[in-house]
Amino acid sequence: MKRTVQLLTFFAVMLLSAAAFAAEPLKIGALFSVTGPPSFLGEPERNTAQMVVDEINKSGGIKGRKLELVTYDTAGDATKAVQLANKLIKDDNVLAIIGPSTTGETMAVIPVVEKEKVPLISCAAGSKITDPVKAWVFKTAQNDGLAVIKIFENLQKNKINKVAILTVSDGFGASGREQLKIHAASYGISLVVDDTYGPKDTDMTAQLTKIRGSEAQAIICWGTNPGPAVVAKNVKQLGIKLPLYMSHGVSSKKFIELAGDAAEGIILPSGKVIVADQLPASDPQKASLVGYVQSYQKLYGVEGDHFGGHAWDAINLVRRAIEAGATTREMIREQLEKSSNFAGIGGVFNFSAQDHAGLTKDAFVLVRIKGGDWQALD
Amino acid sequence: MQRELLKFALFAALVLVAAPLYFQGGYILNVLVFVGINTMLAIGLNLLLGFAGQISLGQAAFYGLGAYISAILTTTHGFNPWLAMIFAALAVGALAFVIGFPILKLKGHYLAMATLGFGIIVYIVINEYVDLTGGPSGFPGIPNLSIGSISFDSDMKNYYLIWVATLGVMLLAINLTRSRIGRALRAIHDSEVAAQVLGINARLLKVQIFACSAMISSLAGSLYAHYITFVSPSTFGFHFSVELLTMVVIGGLGSIYGSFLGAALITLLPEFLRAFHDYDIIFYGALLMIMTIFLPGGLIQGGTLVWNYLRNTLGGKGGADA
Amino acid sequence: MNLSDQLLQYILSGLSTGAIYALIGLGFAIIYNSTGIINFAQGEFVMFGGMLGVYFFHKQGLALPIAFLLAVVVTALCGVLFERFAIRPLRRPTPMNMVIITIGGSIFLRGVAMIAWGKDTHVLPTFSGDEPISFAGATLLPQHLWIFAITILLIIGTKLFFSHTISGKAMSACAVNRRAAGLVGIDVRRMIMFSFILSSAIGAMAGIIIAPLTMTSYDVGVMLGLKGFCAAIIGGMSSGLPTVIGGLLLGVLESLGAGFSSGYKDAVAFVILLLILFFRPQGLFSRGSSERV
Repeated sequence: MKRTVQLLTFFAVMLLSAAAFAAEPLKIGALFSVTGPPSFLGEPERNTAQMVVDEINKSGGIKGRKLELVTYDTAGDATKAVQLANKLIKDDNVLAIIGPSTTGETMAVIPVVEKEKVPLISCAAGSKITDPVKAWVFKTAQNDGLAVIKIFENLQKNKINKVAILTVSDGFGASGREQLKIHAASYGISLVVDDTYGPKDTDMTAQLTKIRGSEAQAIICWGTNPGPAVVAKNVKQLGIKLPLYMSHGVSSKKFIELAGDAAEGIILPSGKVIVADQLPASDPQKASLVGYVQSYQKLYGVEGDHFGGHAWDAINLVRRAIEAGATTREMIREQLEKSSNFAGIGGVFNFSAQDHAGLTKDAFVLVRIKGGDWQALD
Repeated sequence: MQRELLKFALFAALVLVAAPLYFQGGYILNVLVFVGINTMLAIGLNLLLGFAGQISLGQAAFYGLGAYISAILTTTHGFNPWLAMIFAALAVGALAFVIGFPILKLKGHYLAMATLGFGIIVYIVINEYVDLTGGPSGFPGIPNLSIGSISFDSDMKNYYLIWVATLGVMLLAINLTRSRIGRALRAIHDSEVAAQVLGINARLLKVQIFACSAMISSLAGSLYAHYITFVSPSTFGFHFSVELLTMVVIGGLGSIYGSFLGAALITLLPEFLRAFHDYDIIFYGALLMIMTIFLPGGLIQGGTLVWNYLRNTLGGKGGADA
Repeated sequence: MNLSDQLLQYILSGLSTGAIYALIGLGFAIIYNSTGIINFAQGEFVMFGGMLGVYFFHKQGLALPIAFLLAVVVTALCGVLFERFAIRPLRRPTPMNMVIITIGGSIFLRGVAMIAWGKDTHVLPTFSGDEPISFAGATLLPQHLWIFAITILLIIGTKLFFSHTISGKAMSACAVNRRAAGLVGIDVRRMIMFSFILSSAIGAMAGIIIAPLTMTSYDVGVMLGLKGFCAAIIGGMSSGLPTVIGGLLLGVLESLGAGFSSGYKDAVAFVILLLILFFRPQGLFSRGSSERV
């Protein structure tokens, strides 16, 4: 029922705005894995992108021209992502592409957009997307390495130097594992256990038993729902008292709901979006964050999360580029590269010719789960 | 045989001349390239399943091995792509030959289980051997194929490249099935014991056809890798083995052109279903069931029915041509 | 913490995962025996059980036992509908066609669940608390005991059913020779329908009892179905003890594999399975039988 109402309003808005603006709409393409294993990323991203575009159009579009979002579902499949990127470029003739949701899909799409010269703003976190810098490729998701640094700083503060890591064996976990290994040495941390689990695994007691038998002083688990919730429960079942760290992959209320009591005390880095209301008014992102969380809540009935935020940032970056006068793919690319001081959801973006990721480690905050809610640690 | 060649020539002309003229470019060409790749894979599986009657739920593993061997040899070690492709096909063929002996001793669902297990093991190795394969995040930067100064870097060029390869595989399969080997395979399909009594070395023949089917899959994998220039493990998972099986059965077991029809349908279907957004998965599932219920012999059977009906009503002469 | 304690924990964890595989495998075997079909939608019945349990408990606010019961009944109903509208209409079923139909069915059911309940992961509360139970250095949750208890009950139940009731014996007869069963007056169609009810209900129960531990979402059926299928094959597709042992074996292999080399644990399990198949091509437990040609 709700969906029907949404659809109807959507069509009503479309009709009205079509009457209001005779000018041709500006087409933006989007590739999200709305279904498939990474749908926890793709669905909020799709919802957010559509919401932002509708908002822009409702308030008169950009310079009198409305935006049109063409979204395709990649189902988390790299082959499909490449095919659909081709479709967006050749059939839909879009000005820029937002997405894909995962690092693997983004790496697959990069050769296509580089060859066809179409700006791509990826919503995936892998640092190799923009390192080395590719002319047409930008990203809004914070690098995994920044989240790792946040955790390691906290470990260092607590004088912990022997750590067990347990990462999921998919793109998200592999990238996290790589970053954990890269940064460990410079914080004087040794990874005494390096274990993985499958994305569909339902019991991690075996790995955790091994960790319990090791000399690890803390556990870092890197994954996305539901795996880490199982890990949290298994840790409790085995009576392991070591501090448990998680990644930003579980920074949504869903994780607390799934893990229940077992979530208490877990520490994780997250985008500021989940603690938007706890931020001081002086925070440059405060307005964007609170606005986003509230409108998402109003439209979809759940809190806007960290992942949807990547799409919010991407669409608004394109909006700013067009507002600055860009009308072609090449001009959008130039404007994106000049974007600076854009306080979005993921952080304050400062792109340059040398940096297409645009964020620093301040994009993350460390939070602890307490009483079923988030509590900012610093 | 002459008639068969005429049919093939017609099909080749349709694919190589008519289709590219009609679809000047754009996205649809990209999809048609995948129809070609999938046709090749479906024929590979059909040789095994439709002719020799041996199921395989691990075809995606051979496809993936081909793609990854090509990717690693050309990108990491700087091999010539064509050489790498041949090497990959030979290596995968040899592997299939070796594991073929114990695996093809099994029958029915044990065979299904063993091939499935093999597929999963290969998938896990690709996923876990990060230093070599790039792991779950994939393997970028694979070069396009090239002949002299012509680089196969556009959809149109790859369309011709891949369809020429696919037509080659089709011709090979047609010849194979019409030869002594083809008749021996069909004998094994009907009764392995009877075939053996007639002096056919059933075991060796089964293993050979298994290796042949693996080599075709590997070739398709290499072409895929050089076309997309990126490979990641998720493309080669269990679900793709199942999708291939679906193509072969929906197309029609034991029919080469059926494999093409099945591959075309399964590849193009998502394009039509995209209009239904999230509901496409329901339509897809329902369509698979409905088609199997009403066309148990596959699309090729439906096509033959329509063809014969047209011939009869239009007063053509000549018997049924299945 | 010494090695033997660790080993015990691996084995206990493996047994509890394995019990689930066994239940799912049992569902495969029951349908296979009465129809010759490998029902690739079995995993989706498991998913339906869990998701319906979540739906009745969280959305409708029913008490857990009632939600449990309703979920099993509704899933069994889905099993009936599936048999009636997807399996029965095929006039001359071949194993291959049946495989495609059940694959189509599994995709369809997954789609229905996704549309009806969304893509989120859900969880049920444990049946009796989260306080870990210590057992010689290894720990289990009360929910694991529930899993063991229900698995054992179901196995005894099906055993009694197949050997002591008319319907059960009729179904066993269908398994041995369908045509002969028809000739002696057994309504084969009804028995097929019955096997779908039985296996979808068992699948649903498996889905609900694991939901508190492993959580559930519209796409959990694929992996669980695959593991259950393996369990049934190791057990030689028997709808009794061998399949259960197959499931437990798979669970323990996985768990031990994870303890020693977590990335390759599934590979370890499958390599061992392949070796078993190579040396015992008739399945682990069946004695070789002569085949009619």
